[in-house]
Amino acid sequence: MPETKAGLRAAPPAAMQATDTADPRYYHRVVDCQWACPTHTDVPEYIRLIAQGRFADAYLLNRASNVFPGILGRVCDRPCEPACRRGRVEDKPVAICRLKRVAADLKGTGIADRLPKAPARLNGKRIACIGAGPASLTVANDLAPLGYAVTIFERHGAPGGLMRTNIPSFRLPQSVLDEEIGVILDLGVSLKLGAPIDSLSRLLAEGRFDAIFVGSGAPKGKDLPLPGRQAANVHIGIDWLESVAFGHTGSIGERVLIIGVGNTAMDCCRTSMRLGAKSVKVMARKPRSFFKASDWELEDAEEERVEIVVNHAPTAFVLDAGRVVGMRFNRMEYDLDGTRIVAERVVDEVTIPCDEVILAIGQENAFPWIERDAGVEFDRWDRPVVDPLTFQSTRPDVFFGGDAAQGPKNIIWAVEHGHQAALSIHAYLSGLAPADRPREAVRLSSRKMGLHEWAYKNDYAPLERRLMPHVSLKERFKKISIEVELGFTPEQAAQEAQRCLNCDVQTVFEAPQCIECDACIDICPVDCLTIATNGSEAEVRARLRAPALDPSQPLFVSAPLKQTGRIMVKDENLCLHCGLCAERCPTAAWDMQKSTLHWPHADYGSSTCHSHERKTA
Amino acid sequence: MTFMSKPKVAHPDLPRNALGLTRRDYEGANSTLCAGCGHDSITAAIIEACWANAVEPHTVVKLSGIGCSSKTTAYFLSGAHGFNSVHGRMPSIATGANAANRTLNYIGVSGDGDTLSIGLGQFCHAIRRNLNMVYIIENNGVYGLTKGQFSASADIGSKAKRGEVNRQPPIDPVQLAITLGASFVARSFSGDKAQLVPLLRAAMRHNGFALIDVISPCVTFNDHEGSTRSYAYAREHSEEAVHADFVPFASEIAVDYADGAAQTVTLHDGSRIVLRKVDADYDPSDPGVALDAIQQRMRRGEVLTGLLHIGQDAEDIHALGATPDTPLNAIAYESLSPGGDALRRVLESFR
Repeated sequence: MPETKAGLRAAPPAAMQATDTADPRYYHRVVDCQWACPTHTDVPEYIRLIAQGRFADAYLLNRASNVFPGILGRVCDRPCEPACRRGRVEDKPVAICRLKRVAADLKGTGIADRLPKAPARLNGKRIACIGAGPASLTVANDLAPLGYAVTIFERHGAPGGLMRTNIPSFRLPQSVLDEEIGVILDLGVSLKLGAPIDSLSRLLAEGRFDAIFVGSGAPKGKDLPLPGRQAANVHIGIDWLESVAFGHTGSIGERVLIIGVGNTAMDCCRTSMRLGAKSVKVMARKPRSFFKASDWELEDAEEERVEIVVNHAPTAFVLDAGRVVGMRFNRMEYDLDGTRIVAERVVDEVTIPCDEVILAIGQENAFPWIERDAGVEFDRWDRPVVDPLTFQSTRPDVFFGGDAAQGPKNIIWAVEHGHQAALSIHAYLSGLAPADRPREAVRLSSRKMGLHEWAYKNDYAPLERRLMPHVSLKERFKKISIEVELGFTPEQAAQEAQRCLNCDVQTVFEAPQCIECDACIDICPVDCLTIATNGSEAEVRARLRAPALDPSQPLFVSAPLKQTGRIMVKDENLCLHCGLCAERCPTAAWDMQKSTLHWPHADYGSSTCHSHERKTA
Repeated sequence: MTFMSKPKVAHPDLPRNALGLTRRDYEGANSTLCAGCGHDSITAAIIEACWANAVEPHTVVKLSGIGCSSKTTAYFLSGAHGFNSVHGRMPSIATGANAANRTLNYIGVSGDGDTLSIGLGQFCHAIRRNLNMVYIIENNGVYGLTKGQFSASADIGSKAKRGEVNRQPPIDPVQLAITLGASFVARSFSGDKAQLVPLLRAAMRHNGFALIDVISPCVTFNDHEGSTRSYAYAREHSEEAVHADFVPFASEIAVDYADGAAQTVTLHDGSRIVLRKVDADYDPSDPGVALDAIQQRMRRGEVLTGLLHIGQDAEDIHALGATPDTPLNAIAYESLSPGGDALRRVLESFR
């Protein structure tokens, strides 16, 4: 309509294109928690299920993505929580991880017939998984139901990998581990315990397996080669935790120094407190903002009276009669430019007496058992060359995953590696190219039930994050296996669930319907909508109703509106998904539609895919 | 209309005014008008203007009569004073309140029915008295509360939702106000906040009666093809004659205006209005020019918008009545009520 005003107003040359919401990544990304989760767990959906008291449904939905809801509900690194929109709208994110545990704790006993089952017939293909950690277990979980015969080789006497050896039982009870690993083993998976693989070439030569998955983790703790290191009372953190886990170590000296301040250090210091230590100091080289440990693990350690000492760089072990009796440190000062250290100085030197030292300064993967002529290529840092998408090595029948593939990460990444490797193995053994990945998809369905009625609870609940109840400080040190966190009660869970903003209920906009009445803009509680003239993204971001200053948060940009040719812009950053824009819209140009992500696993396209059988929340 | 209240939570980076308040602090109760009503946009513009002018909410008096428009005073500035009066009688209440306390800021919100039918007489006399207030007409051309009959502002030829065509000539409040000597007369559109907000800010600072007639589409009864008050029609047919930028006292005029394109008017409190004229011959200080231009455009089917007329010479109600500077509630009782002897002396003077 060139004769109208809208037609005369041409968009400036640097104008933004309309957002392609058909790209599944757009709406996926709006669900910050799900986008941040390596396995893309459908967090808002399971939180709604918990809110409805459907704990078993919530558990199974979790399990479909992250395989170990009970374990991860306790010890996950929770990349979802720093990403949670609630943390930007208010201060604290939704306690996503702890809600996951609620689903596991309260799921009841009646879910056996809804778990994956061993197939009636095997397909004749055999897979070996090396190491019984989360990556290998996920591969088994995905492939066994499809008919593959999976054998897991584990060097220790119990499965679980670092989940068993490195995570102390006061954080993760053995019963939880045994239950969730048991579900996978019940799929007809063969588990060989005390069966280390010491030669890949030999395993390949035997020809018993059609594909091999290496999920052997990062079992080598980093050493600290300083003078005096040879003393017997200096331990490598992960090895020491392992010997505690298997009952080989049951005590420790009174004064313990932990070197390093990652999550392993937190497990070491808290374990020391339970084995008889009276004073435990965690020695950090840098200031607190550089700590690798998660905030909540630091909080838990400090609650247990562990002292965290910053700006101390170790220089030597002090020996007396072959035993360490102290450690020397340089006291450091740093000049910071924002978050970066620009200069450092030694202020003075101190010696701190101790009876025992635990080194928790990192770990790496190690493959002394893979012959370098076995067909698996290693890079110049002696790490296996692994395709980051397919997890296939340079030898087509050998796959890697978890810490073995990309160095130490965490359990939830290991699970996703397992899913992706299983998909690749299935493709490879079906004669397909693992690099041809099935694409993810997003399905939308309206939540509108009537005038002002939505099939989700859209009212903003001004509740603060629930605190996790802990066993009292007096009780918890009595035995190492006393779980410190008690888990939310159903009442606490119900309240915490109300804090979720339902980011998966998307604001879907149809530009042709809009009459530019401004109703949505006027009602939006967080000012995330603007009808603006088009321009470059940087320039438009600065002149929205509330400036959109976080470029990591996408803008939704509509097609030109028919009356003025302007565009509807939505800053996704702080949207409460309250649906008031849709309630206020006279023409239903806005609608609230639930997006469901389908993230393909090995059972992609097969009848064993369970995700469609449940009624949505 | 919405059943869920607007959450109190706000964008953390919302700008704050000189009082340290965000525009969220100027909101009122939840609107119960139809979704998409132009009146809600005007409410939002009033909130924006009050925030930008850093008005203390408790110094504002909200006044209204009866009708959809008159409900809206509940939807902004919950910290202000308010009086929801009888149909068409808001100007009398405003006059009384203003006479008693001249220091407060009076914002009257009315509709085309409340102002141009039942309240036409009161409206005219408020203008004559040059009552110091902002008078907003939320003009949608229909009686929305009684299911969409034509109002006195409906244009000839405008079609109702069921197809009837209006044949009676409209009363144009803008032309009426100019002929009655109003000193600040503007027209705007609820869908154009870039125009409306500065107009409201200037009107609040104008000393005397400031009329803003705002075309405000009724989404339920008057937003169809054939209506002359629909969103689409208003956008297609409104032509801005004079854009008013409001510049508060003691702040710089930030924009460079081309020579001759802008004219600055200084208000009583020292704040300024920069007028940007589309047609250089248009002189908003001359009521005759304004009336001519409005009528010319009307014959071409266009609606002239912007600050159409501004005059600064007229005396306001307090100057006309030689009232004291102090609000009556701050005058000592003895002076306010000097007793029987004083009354007898006054009566004597009339014998």
